Amino acid sequence: MTEISEVRRELALDCFLLAGKVMMESGAETYRVEDTMIRMAVSQNMMDSHCFVTPAGIMFSPSNDLPTRFVRIHGRRTDLERVARVNAVSRRLVADQLTLQQAYEEMTEIEKTHYLFPLWLQILAAAVASACFLILMGGGWADIPFAFVIGGIGFYIVEMVLIKTRVKFFAEFIGAVAIGTLAVLVVHSGFGNDPDTIIIGSVMPLVPGLLITNAVRDMMAGHFVSGLSMGAEAFLTAFAIGAGIAIVLSF
Amino acid sequence: MNWPLEAFLSFLAAGAFGIIFNIPRKTLISCGLVGMSGWLFYRTYFLLFDDPIQATFAGAFIVAIVAHILAKTFKMPMIIFSVAGIIPLVPGSRAYNAMRNIVENDYMEAVDFAVQALMISGAIAMGLVFAEVIMQLYFKYQAKRTQKKMGFTQE
Repeated sequence: MTEISEVRRELALDCFLLAGKVMMESGAETYRVEDTMIRMAVSQNMMDSHCFVTPAGIMFSPSNDLPTRFVRIHGRRTDLERVARVNAVSRRLVADQLTLQQAYEEMTEIEKTHYLFPLWLQILAAAVASACFLILMGGGWADIPFAFVIGGIGFYIVEMVLIKTRVKFFAEFIGAVAIGTLAVLVVHSGFGNDPDTIIIGSVMPLVPGLLITNAVRDMMAGHFVSGLSMGAEAFLTAFAIGAGIAIVLSF
Repeated sequence: MNWPLEAFLSFLAAGAFGIIFNIPRKTLISCGLVGMSGWLFYRTYFLLFDDPIQATFAGAFIVAIVAHILAKTFKMPMIIFSVAGIIPLVPGSRAYNAMRNIVENDYMEAVDFAVQALMISGAIAMGLVFAEVIMQLYFKYQAKRTQKKMGFTQE
């Protein structure tokens, strides 16, 4: 094993931790983050490195006699495009198509930009998904415009409350209450037919699908800490939605 | 059951979820196809055997298999493709009915729906697990075969 200079090692560590941080913040599975970091480390001649990733922080130790580095992960925001980009950069680094410096520069570039679709497009997507699910779940054609509008409004409310309060469960709860109220109002005023299917369709964009898949895959890979915490987050999100709907229905 | 309509709707819904999760733009179409195949398998199985739990297992299994294959072709993380495909299988209506029966103080009915919703969630998880294991075995076998073809021997 060749000895690497101090400067180069620091750069490599910065690069790995940045890659891990960006991936974890954008909604990658824990085991993929670990795998990516270890592969990058091996490509940079750090054979006995260790890495421990949780949804809240990443620890990385380059070898036994060197200091361990740690980064804290604060907010998470689903942005799978960033995951794909970091993955592509790490693949190219491992295949020696990029130098360490270039890889680090690309990582910082990815960290700075966000690739999210514009908010109006996301709201439109949520509205379309709600309308589709209304039909798939057995609703009537006459209810489509209501599911479309209510689904979009619900998604918008969740995003807004999330920006204002930063509490995810509260945002989902408020969104579910709004969806339930609107659906019941629409049916009471005589326009809509079936409140049940309207609510089910409109609530669908809030379902924590990414958390469920991540939790399952992490548990399978043996990462019980992150698997359980993501599973708990998914459960709490589902519970918040259910509680919001239940409050409306109990009146 | 109206096949083309359901295929189109599930395609559209999965694509819309792709936008919400912000998957890379060039994978949006394939992501919709994953969602469509999962939903069509789920519906067909459900209509044939009338068992929502097994049907969900079949749907999730197909979603994960297709997602793995696409991940290999696109050289991207598998999760990009599977996420949107899983959403239509989530037992939304059963969870909703459970909640409504709890509010209406009809606990027996609520437990019935809640247990079904729980079993279906478990079926989704099991479908993902099975597909993952099978695909891993298959990729290992394939790698071995190519190595043999190229003249390497593996211990």
